[in-house]
Amino acid sequence: MNVRLALIGLMLVPSILFAIDTGQAFEDPILQQRYEKIIEEVRCLKCQNQTIKDSNAFLADDLRREIRRLLSDGKTDQEVFNFLVERYGQFALYRPAMSGITLVLWAAPVIFIFAGVIVVYRVLRKRSSMPIDLEEEVAVKELTG
Amino acid sequence: MRYMLPIIAFGILIGVFIKGLDPTRDLNALPSPFLGKEAPAFDLPKLKNLSERVSSSDYEGTVSLVNVWATWCVGCRQEHEFLKSLAQEGRLPIYGINWRDRREDALEWLDVLGDPYVASGYDHDGRVGIDWGVYGAPETFLIGKGGTVLYKHLGPLDRARWNQHFLPLIHEEPENIE
Repeated sequence: MNVRLALIGLMLVPSILFAIDTGQAFEDPILQQRYEKIIEEVRCLKCQNQTIKDSNAFLADDLRREIRRLLSDGKTDQEVFNFLVERYGQFALYRPAMSGITLVLWAAPVIFIFAGVIVVYRVLRKRSSMPIDLEEEVAVKELTG
Repeated sequence: MRYMLPIIAFGILIGVFIKGLDPTRDLNALPSPFLGKEAPAFDLPKLKNLSERVSSSDYEGTVSLVNVWATWCVGCRQEHEFLKSLAQEGRLPIYGINWRDRREDALEWLDVLGDPYVASGYDHDGRVGIDWGVYGAPETFLIGKGGTVLYKHLGPLDRARWNQHFLPLIHEEPENIE
């Protein structure tokens, strides 16, 4: 029973306790908030499906340190992102800038929805112009009098 | 005519597969934003003698290689023999950036395996690595005479890749070194 309780207790421990970067980086709460927001937006290039907030790769560690340094130097968020893009390319950002090749990325959902609407429209139009068969015609006449 | 659309879609799909399933494609390779641009500068203490410096101004005006390496990196061990033979041929100077490493390990590595580098900078905390957009060792940059990055190779370098990617670019440089 005790084991079971212990296991349940263990499950209740929030996973945030195992987060990689939990320490307070800045005294200033506004700066801390900006920092936390930025590291959620930056890809760890060593482990490409993680943000540098979630990754414990040393590259993520280095990048977090650089971002802390830039922020304490008074750089704006945009300047921090530019710093990373200059070195690692747009791929470093989870939300790449809308320009050049990444436009395809941003436009793709719109294009696909648009294509889908066109297909549905054409199919429906084709169906509605199809002649109804005799049986149906009789049924319709009966209903409409 | 009514089959045109499926045929075109099929063709595009095949194209995507040919590119995506190419067994020689390196899944981790990302285009370097430095290609064709001026190489980032660096200034580091020399690995072998921390009181001396090695910097990007050392190779100004010469075609050179900048190789990012570390003792924990398996690919670096793989390419080491090739770098040594390249250094022996004396085609171009190879500068090393010892990235995120322990100095004693790095010194032992060069001692045991041989040292192909003109000099290696000791980038212990990875600051220079970030300036160069390094995300995995080994990475090798070909720097042109004008100081621009002509090519970046991710992963172990060997003769075939050298001949395929580096040599043509070196030949294109004015008054090439060969």
